[in-house]
Amino acid sequence: MSRSDWEVVIGLEVHAQLNTASKIFSGASTAFGAAPNVQACAVDIALPGVLPVLNRGAVERAIRFGLAIGANVAPKSVFARKNYFYPDLPKGYQISQFELPVVQGGEITIRVGEGDKAYEKTVQLTRAHLEEDAGKSLHEDFHGMSGIDLNRAGTPLLEIVSEPDMRSSAEAVAYARALHALVRWIDICDGNMQEGSFRCDANVSVRRPGGPLGTRREIKNLNSFRFLQQAIDFEVQWQIDTIEDGGKIQQATVLFDPDSGETRMMRSKEDAHDYRYFPDPDLLPLVISPEWKARVASEMPELPDAMKARFIDELGLSAYDATTLTASKEVAAFYQATVDAAGVALAKPCANWVMGDLAARLNKAELDASASPVSPAQLAGLIARIGDGTISNNIGKKVFEALWNGEGGGSANAADAIIEAQGLRQTNDAGAIEAIIDEVLAANQKSVEEFRAGKEKAFNALVGQVMKASKGKANPAQVNELLKRKLEG
Amino acid sequence: MINASLTELRTALDAKRISSVELATLFLDRVAAHNPTLNAFITVDRDGAIEAARAADARIAAGNAGPLTGIPLAHKDVFCTEGLLTTCGSKMLSTFVSPYDAHVVSLLKAAGAVNLGKTNMDEFAMGSSNENSHFGPVKNPWDTTRIPGGSSGGSAAAVAARLAPIATGTDTGGSVRQPAGHTGITGIKPTYGVVSRYGMIAYASSLDQGGAFGASAADCAALLTAMAGFDERDSTSLERPAEDYAREIAAPASDKPLAGLRIGLPREFFAEGMAGDVRAAVETALEQYRRLGASTVEVSLPNAKLAIPAYYVIAPAEASSNLSRFDGVRYGHRAAEYRDLAEMYAKSRAEGFGAEVKRRILVGTYVLSHGYYDAYYLQAQKLRRLIAQDFQAAFQQCDVIAGPTSPTTAWAIGEKTDDPVQMYLSDIYTIAVNLAGLPGLSHPCGFGAGNLPVGLQLIGDYFGEARLLATTHQYQQATDWHLRRPA
Repeated sequence: MSRSDWEVVIGLEVHAQLNTASKIFSGASTAFGAAPNVQACAVDIALPGVLPVLNRGAVERAIRFGLAIGANVAPKSVFARKNYFYPDLPKGYQISQFELPVVQGGEITIRVGEGDKAYEKTVQLTRAHLEEDAGKSLHEDFHGMSGIDLNRAGTPLLEIVSEPDMRSSAEAVAYARALHALVRWIDICDGNMQEGSFRCDANVSVRRPGGPLGTRREIKNLNSFRFLQQAIDFEVQWQIDTIEDGGKIQQATVLFDPDSGETRMMRSKEDAHDYRYFPDPDLLPLVISPEWKARVASEMPELPDAMKARFIDELGLSAYDATTLTASKEVAAFYQATVDAAGVALAKPCANWVMGDLAARLNKAELDASASPVSPAQLAGLIARIGDGTISNNIGKKVFEALWNGEGGGSANAADAIIEAQGLRQTNDAGAIEAIIDEVLAANQKSVEEFRAGKEKAFNALVGQVMKASKGKANPAQVNELLKRKLEG
Repeated sequence: MINASLTELRTALDAKRISSVELATLFLDRVAAHNPTLNAFITVDRDGAIEAARAADARIAAGNAGPLTGIPLAHKDVFCTEGLLTTCGSKMLSTFVSPYDAHVVSLLKAAGAVNLGKTNMDEFAMGSSNENSHFGPVKNPWDTTRIPGGSSGGSAAAVAARLAPIATGTDTGGSVRQPAGHTGITGIKPTYGVVSRYGMIAYASSLDQGGAFGASAADCAALLTAMAGFDERDSTSLERPAEDYAREIAAPASDKPLAGLRIGLPREFFAEGMAGDVRAAVETALEQYRRLGASTVEVSLPNAKLAIPAYYVIAPAEASSNLSRFDGVRYGHRAAEYRDLAEMYAKSRAEGFGAEVKRRILVGTYVLSHGYYDAYYLQAQKLRRLIAQDFQAAFQQCDVIAGPTSPTTAWAIGEKTDDPVQMYLSDIYTIAVNLAGLPGLSHPCGFGAGNLPVGLQLIGDYFGEARLLATTHQYQQATDWHLRRPA
């Protein structure tokens, strides 16, 4: 039996670390990378007698997320204690939300695949709740003992739980990417996966199409999109093989080993904890007033879908361009700033430059749009000079390179400075162009004869020669027109 | 000076008739003399007290004294005190020196009060007799073969024996009122949320509340005024303007200063179960209240009988979770030898906790377990709401509720240690007050068999502390039970 006889069912739980300056229940810093335990205060190390105080910034980020996905932002939600013993869990319980989470429902539209095979799909979310992170256990360098670093203990997390709506690893990755882009877009999480700011758990099962849901296994702690894909692919094949070999899937938690590319069991359902959830008596129910919600809503940035629609409706971009430009917050912001500087009339060339030369150059340099050496204003200045005919598109590429390399003095009109300094201004003087054409025709009699013999290609060669002789500065449209007139005249 | 009220001490200090250092020394010497018998203190901080007293004297000399500046006091060892041993009566924390002060401790420090030391208590505030302390039982100053009540037994015994004029305590199910009653002193537990729990080692978070012990209502009012107030570090702390809890305390305006006061007597508190000597003292006290102008009216708290079962689900549930942090990893007792992590936890906790603490952790773990949560925890929370509603209905008919603090006077050490349920039942009149979050006070109202003190409990509506204290004050102006001292 082949893989196509099976339907894959995937749901994701994502832990997004909220980018508050201090922890969710204490005033300690959340900055990454400090020496062990220097960012753990009395509350974080759970000294006797300490109490949690909720960070309103973490709540605002949860509200922002709820609004962004069209969810119900619960007017009242409850913090609960999840009880279990582990050395990096100082209180012996994690403060989380259980029965009443702050964000309920919502949906995210994802785009899966490339080109003709691309399709859109809407993934439903179950919930998102606020909770605190645990510390870290360090098992190396302690001579048979374990070290505990509580810097991370109490870091605010938003655990975002999807419905089991994904049907392939590609869909799971597309969803994870969309979520990743969204949490960065609304500025609630830095999305740094290496530092663990965005971690995915995948619940995976397989079933006969249309049949009842299969037993799921949960793959824990996937911290890259590639691992997410690899882990799911391996797990799906393993489950299919197991069932086809007559075995049964047992509910379990598994870990993915990136070195072997395999998943292996961490604990079975029998070993599962009874977390003894109950409402935390140290914290009052979290009440979000309509006024608070409205204020957060008023401070929300324009969301990707709304921006995309506006790019299409108001700037006349194609759906493809609009989607590409709104795939990340940084690119969208860069594009918007470029259009703001260049003017709406140049929206399309702005899109071409941002998606074309700029994207290629950023990609090569492995830079984010927000770190581009060419600013939106500088790029707009360049596009404006192409638009008004001061330089050709080709010369524009040359100017862009110069801008990238920091030439032109760094100001908003650096492009003008480069054009002037390098004498790149386009020649629109018909007399001057005609003189060049005459020289080129005289020197290329063979091409002229070929053209007259009906070889259209020869015309392009002559245009090339003229442009070359003008050092690219001749207005290409004018060259075409004048050359044609001369040859036909 | 040993028997002086806070007002008298204040006057003496301000008039420089005695210095704070002399006063502290006086009480420290009494502690040295009597603590070996009473075992009321776990830690005596002589050096710290003298240093604080010197600072207080300087403040008094500079004219910056507040009501408690230079007044000695003792803290129940449930409050974290920076640089001082903070044991909570447990082996688990027998070497724990807190790096920070509880909110209550820092407020009293700022007020210039002089901390003499930390008082003995039932381990993690779990108990009604103070026999559950790792540091041994506290003796009742009225009869050292008897318990002083618990869990704040050390603070109560210290104030009763005048080892300190006032002391802090905590009350989760009666732990201030019941020992106050058994030792013949006054003790108040305010409305839940009035005193910050920050730095007060948690037993059952939704029930725990700091309280005050003193010889009289006036002394308790002064201490409570200094302890109370909003604290942003405690999310359950109530954001209310500061109160002077002594504001309604005044000299009798007439021979009927309590005219118009309606005292509710819950039918259920006066049914069977109350010892004859307690009943006699309580009835006499109520007669006194009527003489002072108050009227009494029968009220009903039909669900009060469910308070003990509800409490022994909710409190252990919260305790089982609150005490999880005592795991031997970061501080506190850790077993000397273990093979792996699980054994480190098991041995450290088995060795570090006493029997009653283990019993409540087990009960709490059980009632929160999957499949039992609804039947126990949620059911108990429903009862809690019903009990609170009963009180609200009663307060439609009366201004304060009165009854015995405990069904009997102090029992003999060892008498109930083998029967936890009998021990639990001794808190029958006090527990409902914590479940409802109401303020409650116990004041001495006579003596029962064997010359053992009897306490009368007054329960107020939310934020009725000032009224409870003023009511008691009028009673104490007309009686002298609060002035009696053990031999």
